[in-house]
Amino acid sequence: MRPARARLWLLASVLFLAAALLVGVLVGPVHLGAVNVVRATFAHVFGLHSPLSGSDDAILWELRLPRVILAALVGGTLAAAGAAYQGVFRNPLADPYLLGAAAGAGLGATIVVAYAPASSLTGDLLPIGAFVGAALAVVAAYVLGRSAGIAAGPGALVLAGVTIASFLTALQTFVQQQHVDTVQEVYSWLLGRLATSGWRDVGIVLPYAVVSWAVIIAHRRLLDVLSVGDEEAAALGVNVARVRLLVVTAATIATAAAVAVSGLIGFVGIIVPHTIRLLVGGSYRLLLPLSVIVGAGFLVFADVIARTVMSPAELPIGVVTAFFGAPFFAVVLRTSRRPA
Amino acid sequence: MSHRSTLAAALVALVSLLVIGPAGAAVPHRIVSLSPTATESLFAIGAGPQVVAVDDQSDYPKRAPRTSLSGYTPNVEAIAGYRPDLVVLSDDANDVVAGLGKLGIRVLLQPAAKNLGEAYAEIRQLGAVTGHRRGAAKVVTAMKKTIAKVVKSTPKRRFSVYHELTPDFYSATSNTFIGRIYKLFGLRNIADAADSSSTGYPQLSGEYILSANPNLIVLADTRCCGQSAKAVASRPGWSGVAAVRTGAVVGIDDSVASRWGPRVVQFVRAVGKALSRRSG
Repeated sequence: MRPARARLWLLASVLFLAAALLVGVLVGPVHLGAVNVVRATFAHVFGLHSPLSGSDDAILWELRLPRVILAALVGGTLAAAGAAYQGVFRNPLADPYLLGAAAGAGLGATIVVAYAPASSLTGDLLPIGAFVGAALAVVAAYVLGRSAGIAAGPGALVLAGVTIASFLTALQTFVQQQHVDTVQEVYSWLLGRLATSGWRDVGIVLPYAVVSWAVIIAHRRLLDVLSVGDEEAAALGVNVARVRLLVVTAATIATAAAVAVSGLIGFVGIIVPHTIRLLVGGSYRLLLPLSVIVGAGFLVFADVIARTVMSPAELPIGVVTAFFGAPFFAVVLRTSRRPA
Repeated sequence: MSHRSTLAAALVALVSLLVIGPAGAAVPHRIVSLSPTATESLFAIGAGPQVVAVDDQSDYPKRAPRTSLSGYTPNVEAIAGYRPDLVVLSDDANDVVAGLGKLGIRVLLQPAAKNLGEAYAEIRQLGAVTGHRRGAAKVVTAMKKTIAKVVKSTPKRRFSVYHELTPDFYSATSNTFIGRIYKLFGLRNIADAADSSSTGYPQLSGEYILSANPNLIVLADTRCCGQSAKAVASRPGWSGVAAVRTGAVVGIDDSVASRWGPRVVQFVRAVGKALSRRSG
């Protein structure tokens, strides 16, 4: 692709993200007024006096803004991790949860909800439990996959991931059955929760997200080389195993952090990279940065729908990403069909 | 009691009579209760000595013979192992009613009451079936009396209430059992605006709760999720909510707030107390 066209796509995606962020802070169950929102946001950033009343100001600064920013961080992370997984495994169906991250996080969260003594501390332990669960699951899948031998290729790793995921899901179901009173809490977490996010959650995710984006994007050229096959890439002087390990590690840690604060938000890691592929082309040099930006915008928009369409009730974000994401993806798939 | 709730109560009684089936007459001596609410009612009306086993969630009263039986995932064999002559349930999970029927065991299905009328009817029905008509009538009369007294002595104000079921803001509208109790006090329920799903239990958005600025917050997630007035006050942005500023955040034992048995009186008292202090 010519650099001029690439720059155009980048610009378009940045505009998409900017629009999403703007709509995200302006629209909500409570009407705050566009001018006031912008002025109050600047007032907070520069330490000035906010023009909004006390409760409206709290709604904007303590609830809405952190939620929008968290949605952007989580969306960008899931989309980038999905694209990276699809690259290292040369598998179009790979998503950030492929190697058992979702099942591990689910088990970790369920264990915390079921066994941790009930106190406000449970809320603090839950992200830690989910993070540790996700990371351990992927490590286990990786060790199991590697023990099958490098010759088995990426397929062995995917199978190992599926194995670990089924095992952990069984464990989670068992723990849940033993503690039926936890079902509601675990369930609402599994459907994805941005509803109660605050600045603290943003602080938890931000470092992981930024570092993993940097690592993944730094590997964009190597992922292009990898797409021709393991042996071919090795012949070109690429250390295939090392690239795979680095990219999977970065994608996994970021996914675990995202899952820890927002639960399991499905579909973003598949739909965003594939939409970009269909529109822009398959080169990872452009695909990875675009995935971060568009993924961020996509989840912010999805969250706007989640908190407004049934207002003042909430819709689980995971329902929105699938319900609105799937038809959109179908349209993209049809319109971008190229003559055979 | 309104006409509608009388009718509903009659229907409940009729349906459960059908479920009881032909064996109807004899007084049961080996009762298994898989419904925490029914367990509380059985002991309150004096049928406690006839109860041989209760499910794992029946944590009140303490002297109830708690077992590992589950009302959520009931197992017919495990229940039959207690050789019951009556099984009381609130849900027909796993087709347990049909399974017990095959074994010829009497079953009484008492689903979640939608209002106080239905709750009273279920207690009376338990009394009729277990041979404690008098005890049941006494319990119902005492409940009615206390509730009427508390409601009457509580000053009427146009206060708004937020009933919290979970820390991610699931709430209960006026169409639910618990919501109807707030109605008795003339409270405005902020969850009503969100009842588009008509389940009665919508998830509210945090922004909406802050802007609705409820005068009273009732936490029914103290045991499950460790919530308290202090925890609520420390939530980002919540310090300005009227209920937090005036100290009208009340924590209630989750099980008291989610059952429809005799202890509903405790719930009514707690709400009444919070409202009286709030307006004093």
